[in-house]
Amino acid sequence: MPLFWLILIVLVIAAVGYVLGRARAMSSAGGELAALHSLPSYYGANVAMKVVVPAFLLLIVWLLAQPFYVNSVISDMIPETAIEEGSSRGLVLAEVRRAARGLDNAVATGAMDEEFARNARADFADISTRLRDAGQIVTSEISQPILRAAQRYRILNSTGNLIMSVAVILVALFAAFWALRETNAEFRARNVVEQGIKAILIAAASIAILTTIGIVLSLVFNTWEFFRLYPASDFFFGLTWSPSFSGRGSSSQLGIIPLLWGTFYISIVALLVAVPIGLFAAVYLSEYAGPKVRAVAKPLLEVLAGIPTIVYGLFALLTVGPLLLSVFGDEGLGIMQAGTAVMTAGLVMGIMLIPFVSSLSDDIINAVPQAMRDGSYGLGATKSETVRQVILPAALPGIVGAILLAASRAIGETMIVVLGAGAAARLSLNPFEAMTTVTAKIVSQLTGDADFASPVALVAFALGMTLFVITLGLNIVALYIVRKYREQYD
Amino acid sequence: MTDATLPPETAQPAAKTPMQPKSLYAIDDLTRKRNAAEKRFQAYGITAIGIGLFFLVVLAYAIISQGIPAFSRTVVEVEFTLTQAQYEEAEGTLFKTRAYEEIFIGALTGQLQDSGIETPVEPEAIERIVGKPGGTIREFFRENEDRLGEPVQFDLAASSRVDGYMSGRITRESMTDSRFLMKSDLDLVDNLVEAQVIKTVFNWPFITGADAGVDNAAAAGIGASVVGSFFMMLVVLFLSLPIGVAASIYLEEFAPQNRFTDLIEVNISNLAAVPSIVFGILGLAVFIQFMHLPQSAPLVGGLVLTLMTLPTIIISTRASLKAVPPSIRDAALGVGASKMQATFHHVLPLAMPGILTGTIIGLAQALGETAPLLLIGMVGFVARGYPEGFIEGFTEPNSAMPAQIYTWAARSDLAFTEKAWGGIVVLLIFLLSMNILAIILRRRFERRW
Repeated sequence: MPLFWLILIVLVIAAVGYVLGRARAMSSAGGELAALHSLPSYYGANVAMKVVVPAFLLLIVWLLAQPFYVNSVISDMIPETAIEEGSSRGLVLAEVRRAARGLDNAVATGAMDEEFARNARADFADISTRLRDAGQIVTSEISQPILRAAQRYRILNSTGNLIMSVAVILVALFAAFWALRETNAEFRARNVVEQGIKAILIAAASIAILTTIGIVLSLVFNTWEFFRLYPASDFFFGLTWSPSFSGRGSSSQLGIIPLLWGTFYISIVALLVAVPIGLFAAVYLSEYAGPKVRAVAKPLLEVLAGIPTIVYGLFALLTVGPLLLSVFGDEGLGIMQAGTAVMTAGLVMGIMLIPFVSSLSDDIINAVPQAMRDGSYGLGATKSETVRQVILPAALPGIVGAILLAASRAIGETMIVVLGAGAAARLSLNPFEAMTTVTAKIVSQLTGDADFASPVALVAFALGMTLFVITLGLNIVALYIVRKYREQYD
Repeated sequence: MTDATLPPETAQPAAKTPMQPKSLYAIDDLTRKRNAAEKRFQAYGITAIGIGLFFLVVLAYAIISQGIPAFSRTVVEVEFTLTQAQYEEAEGTLFKTRAYEEIFIGALTGQLQDSGIETPVEPEAIERIVGKPGGTIREFFRENEDRLGEPVQFDLAASSRVDGYMSGRITRESMTDSRFLMKSDLDLVDNLVEAQVIKTVFNWPFITGADAGVDNAAAAGIGASVVGSFFMMLVVLFLSLPIGVAASIYLEEFAPQNRFTDLIEVNISNLAAVPSIVFGILGLAVFIQFMHLPQSAPLVGGLVLTLMTLPTIIISTRASLKAVPPSIRDAALGVGASKMQATFHHVLPLAMPGILTGTIIGLAQALGETAPLLLIGMVGFVARGYPEGFIEGFTEPNSAMPAQIYTWAARSDLAFTEKAWGGIVVLLIFLLSMNILAIILRRRFERRW
């Protein structure tokens, strides 16, 4: 792996630079530690930092930029005629990359030598047969322009990698040389190194912003692409969800309404389970329970929040579903057809959310000042009257915030609905019927071979965008309310 | 309430009949009502907690009772000696595996007779119980010709139906005759159990194996995806710990009060609440579609989970940095340390136990996450074996424990659901040990200032 070696070489240069920088500083001060501006290790760290940072920055930028350049060159090589009906440039480029990988593997297994794989005038049929013999062609036909583009792709990439390695090593060596030259007893090495460390700290903190930007961009671009292939109004107002994977998705109906309905229905069932139980548990734990009960019950309830959602999913599919079916199914009330239903997923999701509601509400109830309780007791109110008429009204905004956060959790929850809610998208009021949600459909549209050119796959990004906007809105409102509430009693 | 505030009509009768002298000890109706309401309210609270704990117990029971069978498997244990002459004769026949099978059945009947059980052993029934044993035996002797003439013990895996019968998943009443297993075969199975030929042993292949095909549930194991999870956790640990600590130190110790800092804070608190599947979409679009990193690779899974756990780690790290009292910083600054030195030499080491605890909890959360991994292609059937080397462990397609469990759960075969429960037991053992480690760290190094 050449990249691995490149990184190792840069690190070795940095390590050597550290030792040299330290030694040079010591010798420039005549071995007198007190004559140095900073501790000797700072001089070494200065050199090492100046080697590593620019070299790695260059490496990262190059690695990001090279595919763009190569893709644009290759894209120009493919004539419009080579793109078949119903296909797209992106698909052909993917084909080219596959062919190039095939050539790589063929060279690696010894089916052809490097010279032969690169030879642009090589007999086309010969290369195809050799590739096929090496078991490297997945598609049945490899066309002339694709093969030529693949050859060019390999050459561009290998020269690109070579230039990159040389450039990175040169930058590292030059930086080491420069940093060593400025090293002398008066050089303020500590200040420079601390500035550098601070810049690294800021960069680390900015990753949160970059992540958000990454999420937004990846959603926006692909959603845009989707709306070019499928009308936005049909997506937002369509009442039918029936993707068809055949015929490149042209006959699909991709309306989001049934999915949103399923999502909200399941979330409401979940909240109907979680909110009363969670709230009463929180009130009991904060107002009635003694320290011993609290020390046992609170962590035990929070265990429910630490269990992975796949466990809840399996629990819904294999335990709760059959149980509900035996009560409400054909042998019982006869209103449930299968184990997977809104009720199954909602019930289990509610269990998952109990600790979420109870912990947040517990914090909020504890934040209500003791003076308010004392005032209420002083007027002769019982504990429950105090809770109902003083504490809960005072804590209401915070509790609403907690419930909104729980709702956003419920809407974004995936594994429970994938396993427990069924796969059919329908608009129905019966909670014992199978429905599906936005998250479950994102999983089913994107799992497996993701082909970014057809609406049936791209729709997942539009669904993700909708989900992101809804949960973001809920979170912002909830966090705003909770923060406002905290300030009120601080 | 005083009489003066009452309207005259209602006040009149009260004035007429003199006030009954009431003892404070005699409970009147209103007090009784209020006390009952109090009791009820308290009962609601206890019920709510009871329901929560009841669900916990049910969940634990479901996992344990259904997960345990995955850890045992049924083997057919036969010992016999193949002589050189038998070997040559079998190799000389046209249907070679058939010849070995006959030798195998012969040995089986012998062992049955030794235990004093007389029962007809049909080759078809044996094939339904252990598959085709001839191939395995021939393979063994062709590779180990030196073992000819000495007794060799074979542990052959029983078919998944027999396994189900042994673990109680299939009963005589519930099963129907099929080409996989006939009801009449169960008599033979019972006899073989009595002769101690069929045994139930600990299922090592489940712990160490990789995922198997849809029709071969008995051979499926979770080992390969444990390795996948391990490499992912390495990526998460080595990225999220330094980045999270660096970001927290900046926000807690150096950041000025300005717009940029606010922006970072808002982003972190929002990212903490973004659904995990959105991170999967991010990983798919940025790491695979845009950067062309290999699909299904633990490296990509690790990157996605790093972004997902960063907010958790930052929040807990900031809390433990905040818990270090300012006097520590002041003392360091007072003896001439720079702000950077005070932070890295004094504050950070003191906050380290708290940071590690938060990191372990973040890792545990990442270990159980499924949805984003499905989007970047780390589905269960990708885990077909162990990676060849350390670097390949990051780049070669593999699965992770929760994704493997999902794949098994999605297959409709009952034998796979058993595997899924077993996988959950393994996953929870890992999570439990990580959480216990976090608790021990906290107990051991927690410092109250």
